[in-house]
Amino acid sequence: MITEFLSKILKTFETGSGLWNPLVWICAIVVAFLLMYILRGFGNRKFKKATGQTQAFLSGNPEYEKEQMHVKGGNVYWGFTETLKWAYTVFDKMHTGNVSDYILWFVIIMGIFFIVIGVI
Amino acid sequence: MSTDGILTFLLQHSPALIVAVPLLGAFLTPIIGKINDKIRNLFVIIIVLLTSFFVFLLSSNILSNGSIRTYVFGAASANNPVIRIFFQVDGLNAFMIIIGAILSIVAVLFSFRYLKEYTGQDKFYTLVLLMIAGMFGMMLTGDMFNFFVFLEITSIASCALIAFWTSKGESVYAGLKYIVISTIGALFILFAIAILYGQYNALNMGFLAASIQYTFLDKVALVLLISGLAMKAGIVPMHMWMPDAYGRAPISILLVGATQASLYALFRMVFTVYGSHLADILRHIKFRFFVTIEFDITLNGILGVLIIILALFTIIIGVFMALKQSDFKRLIAFAAVAEIGYMLLAIGAAIITISEIDTETGTIILSEVGVNSLKGGLFHIINDALDIGLMFLVAGAIYYVTKETSLNKLGGLARNMKYTTIFFLIGLFAVAGIPPMNGFASKLLIYESTYEINPILSIIAIMCSILLLAMFVKVFHSIFLGPKQEKFEKIREVPKSMLIAMAIISCIIIIFGLFPDIILQNIIEPAANALINNGLYIGGI
Repeated sequence: MITEFLSKILKTFETGSGLWNPLVWICAIVVAFLLMYILRGFGNRKFKKATGQTQAFLSGNPEYEKEQMHVKGGNVYWGFTETLKWAYTVFDKMHTGNVSDYILWFVIIMGIFFIVIGVI
Repeated sequence: MSTDGILTFLLQHSPALIVAVPLLGAFLTPIIGKINDKIRNLFVIIIVLLTSFFVFLLSSNILSNGSIRTYVFGAASANNPVIRIFFQVDGLNAFMIIIGAILSIVAVLFSFRYLKEYTGQDKFYTLVLLMIAGMFGMMLTGDMFNFFVFLEITSIASCALIAFWTSKGESVYAGLKYIVISTIGALFILFAIAILYGQYNALNMGFLAASIQYTFLDKVALVLLISGLAMKAGIVPMHMWMPDAYGRAPISILLVGATQASLYALFRMVFTVYGSHLADILRHIKFRFFVTIEFDITLNGILGVLIIILALFTIIIGVFMALKQSDFKRLIAFAAVAEIGYMLLAIGAAIITISEIDTETGTIILSEVGVNSLKGGLFHIINDALDIGLMFLVAGAIYYVTKETSLNKLGGLARNMKYTTIFFLIGLFAVAGIPPMNGFASKLLIYESTYEINPILSIIAIMCSILLLAMFVKVFHSIFLGPKQEKFEKIREVPKSMLIAMAIISCIIIIFGLFPDIILQNIIEPAANALINNGLYIGGI
């Protein structure tokens, strides 16, 4: 009974063309962490906290207080959104917040559906 | 009466009780609220647990033996499908009500402390129970007009919940937008129902599935149904109400359930009501361009392509818009839009692979890829409900302690809210489909099956999944990491009841992630079989 239960639980998830077993994955993660821990043991034990060894090097610029260094949510991925500004301009135009526009999109999609399904 | 006898009796009447109990509870809540807040809360959770008990009783019965259960109101049997009100429960319905039950328990448990300091709690719980009754009604009914009634109940309750914080103008405006959108969507659905009733003199879904001829009027009804339900399900470009509504509702997790009930209805209409004509050849195209080219346009072909195009837009626009949001709840709402795209992509891919319909048994014949895609899509429905649901709970927890939803004003909360941080990380990995969380198993099925149809589809899906991860990493960085902020120094972890609600949903996510095969075999496969084998549903009347 226990064997049957275990075989059910440990059964590999087959996706048609592939397979996936989360428990094997977890075992692999555990082994990887153990290896990392062992490798860490080979590290330099002469490391000194709160000395020049731990100071960040910001291309020669002074290091600000930590409170000033926190990048706010609105600034994260600024580069990504700036590069794709052309796409965001279109998306922003779509999202007007005006309920009449919401209905207009509904009518447009219904029209497309009608042309494709109704006419064909 | 013995215990078995009682259970059999309850099982027999469970389809009705699942709707009747929360409905009765909704009407009693304001009266009980007059006595005491604690007694009212106890009453509400008992009602929800009792409803969930009936849900699990019914679901376990349906899913274990793959049967269908028909409940006829006001008669012993389904002797007149025209006028009787039916609840028809097959594997798909059973699957959907499980989602509804999980979301309901967690939402109510979370609300107790979350809303403790606000007035109007009697009204809030009344609306929550009404919404639960409407949601279950949508998921259980086998009657088109009944479906419309439950859709309206859910919409009105949802609208009032979105506008619950009436002191905030934005909430009221979001509620107004939602009711306009819902009413227009529902009106077109009602129009479609009227067309079908006018033609076939029946409202029963199984009866309609058996009789539908796919005339021009049926095509019009199909267009109206798909458009109306797609808007209710938040499919791009009809999704714009979702960030407004999800972003303003006090308990957005219940709205996820209502949205998925609309998605369920969309699948039911396409696969069951119009299922017998899905493989119909609509046009035979023949033209000469150096060589003669001939091909057939089938209903499943054009429907599948349309759904896949909408799904891709839903995923891409959902993810891209989420990435630029600085309001936590709006960001999750856009992520929820993208997740709906994944489900739709899988279902569209499954529809495309339909090769024929077995007219004798009513079975829709799909390729193996299509079946896997369908399973992936259905699996993702429950995963999305859990993952996005957990994210909304975490958002609620953050708002509860900080009264902030702007990512620009938050930071360093991991120090004070260790458990919430862990729950957020679980949700983050699950939404992004990182192994070994539940989202990975369903997305793997979707990626593999869509790759077989067209590799571009799975490439877009994977890329957007990476962007989803990036987006939630941004949220994690903005809210939980960073230096301590003076204004948040005094905040503490949220109360236990809220932590328990998040813990319940996190545990389910982990269990689903660790044992996907068990979930697939016992919950998803019966649901997929119910969607494919229409004979059982039609034979149920």
